[in-house]
Amino acid sequence: MLAVVKGTASILAHTPDLVPLGSKPTREIPRFEGLYDECIAHLRSYEEAVAYPPNQVFIGNIRPDRLAEMEKPWYENLIEGAPREGPYGEIMPEDEFYGLLKAADVFDLVWLEEGFLSRVAEKLQSHPLLGDLEGLEGGKTIYEIKEKLDREEALPLNFNGELVGCIRRAHEEDEDLRAGVILEGLAVKASAFLALRHLLARVSSTDPKDIDYLLDFGEEAIGDRYQRGGGNMAKAVGEMAGCLNASGADIKAFCCAPVHAIASAAALIQAGIFKKVALIGGCSLAKLGMKFQFHIKKNMPILEDMLAGIAILIGEDDGISPVIRTDAIGMHRICAGSSAREIYEEVVVKPLNKLGKRITDIDKYATEFHNPEITVPAGRPDTPLINYRALGALAVLKGEIGREEIDDFVKKHGMPGFSPTQGHIPSAIPFMSHARDMIMSGEIENAMFVGKGSLFLARMTNLSDGVSVILERNPAMKRR
Amino acid sequence: MFAGKKVVAFGERDGVQGPAIEKCLSAAGAEVVFTVTECIV
Repeated sequence: MLAVVKGTASILAHTPDLVPLGSKPTREIPRFEGLYDECIAHLRSYEEAVAYPPNQVFIGNIRPDRLAEMEKPWYENLIEGAPREGPYGEIMPEDEFYGLLKAADVFDLVWLEEGFLSRVAEKLQSHPLLGDLEGLEGGKTIYEIKEKLDREEALPLNFNGELVGCIRRAHEEDEDLRAGVILEGLAVKASAFLALRHLLARVSSTDPKDIDYLLDFGEEAIGDRYQRGGGNMAKAVGEMAGCLNASGADIKAFCCAPVHAIASAAALIQAGIFKKVALIGGCSLAKLGMKFQFHIKKNMPILEDMLAGIAILIGEDDGISPVIRTDAIGMHRICAGSSAREIYEEVVVKPLNKLGKRITDIDKYATEFHNPEITVPAGRPDTPLINYRALGALAVLKGEIGREEIDDFVKKHGMPGFSPTQGHIPSAIPFMSHARDMIMSGEIENAMFVGKGSLFLARMTNLSDGVSVILERNPAMKRR
Repeated sequence: MFAGKKVVAFGERDGVQGPAIEKCLSAAGAEVVFTVTECIV
């Protein structure tokens, strides 16, 4: 039994008022007088976020390659009339996302002002996929909310700069259940749920009750003081999405987790253990505004104002969906070195050798998709580009192309970064939905997804991580 | 060139990682006193 990718959903939520609650702004704003006001002044509107070309690529209205032809800076060359919805997902406004937070909360930790909640509930009830949401009642007065904030038992939730609610702590003493951690966890749950809802209700129409197993690949650690990171986000999201017959678990491997999850799900399907496995990854709230001071300095909008979520459905062979080559999973072994060449030898060259293929036999590589317009102004590299150049250099070393052909290799086998810097989200998988459609339409034959993980950040090892999977046209489609 | 020098190896995940720098500089005679890699995106 082959394992196939039956669909992928990619969603964004525009959350400018949460930017000051990101890790970097939380640390920097108290240190510099006036920085909060500067931060607020550089936030962009919802309409600007929707019309931002990389966001339109993320939800599937534009192919990644087309982005390379679009005039830069993208934030000044917006797409007029760009829609909120795309074939793979949507860009949700902040007030509706607060409603999702409320719906995701089963411990009365999200308090929204009654008038605001009533308006948001009305909006969500008219949402084509969210009309059945529960838990959108029980609004609070603004006085009740302010009282919690005055007691320092909660964090404020603002909308357009106005206080509309708060997130309460879940324990008086537990650092792992403080309001900021609860907000982070609920934001992950809400964004992963939205991606899963798009996946099952629209992208790959499936009854949630038919999902057998859920694997969460997000980086956030949920738990309490005795089991930080204990999990299980997969089941929490599955419950909200009505996957009542499923169980699940979380896979942790930093940014590598999504590709580990794909390989694991494919194995579960191919072994005949499950028929349908849903992979989910929610947002990374801590990374909001990670480079906000650089963006302010360059007098550009703060582009790290988006939360993201991705959901992937892996299932049994249906004769049309692209196949995951489980006979050629790339893996960065513990004994392997850490240079770029050693990593790519492990995760790219070795699996290709197993199939008798060369580097240039893969039509498109999906590596890191961090939007360079976010990273480069902060003095960071264009991460997708340097990864593609490293792959091109390896193709030169293998004698597949000439040194002067590296730029052509990058153009042909790569693409520009288009993902918000949301940790595990930019790691290969934003291309999964595009790749599935491009393979099925015959535009490309195959794609390789290469995830890399920064394990060293946990200070337990100096190792990094790398995993790859190859997606290729279904053999039944080839015969037609 | 690096013989007798103490080195702090600061690597980047998508560029040159700390252990790779450490390996090179140790081979060149340096004493690597600290190695770290960061994810700079």
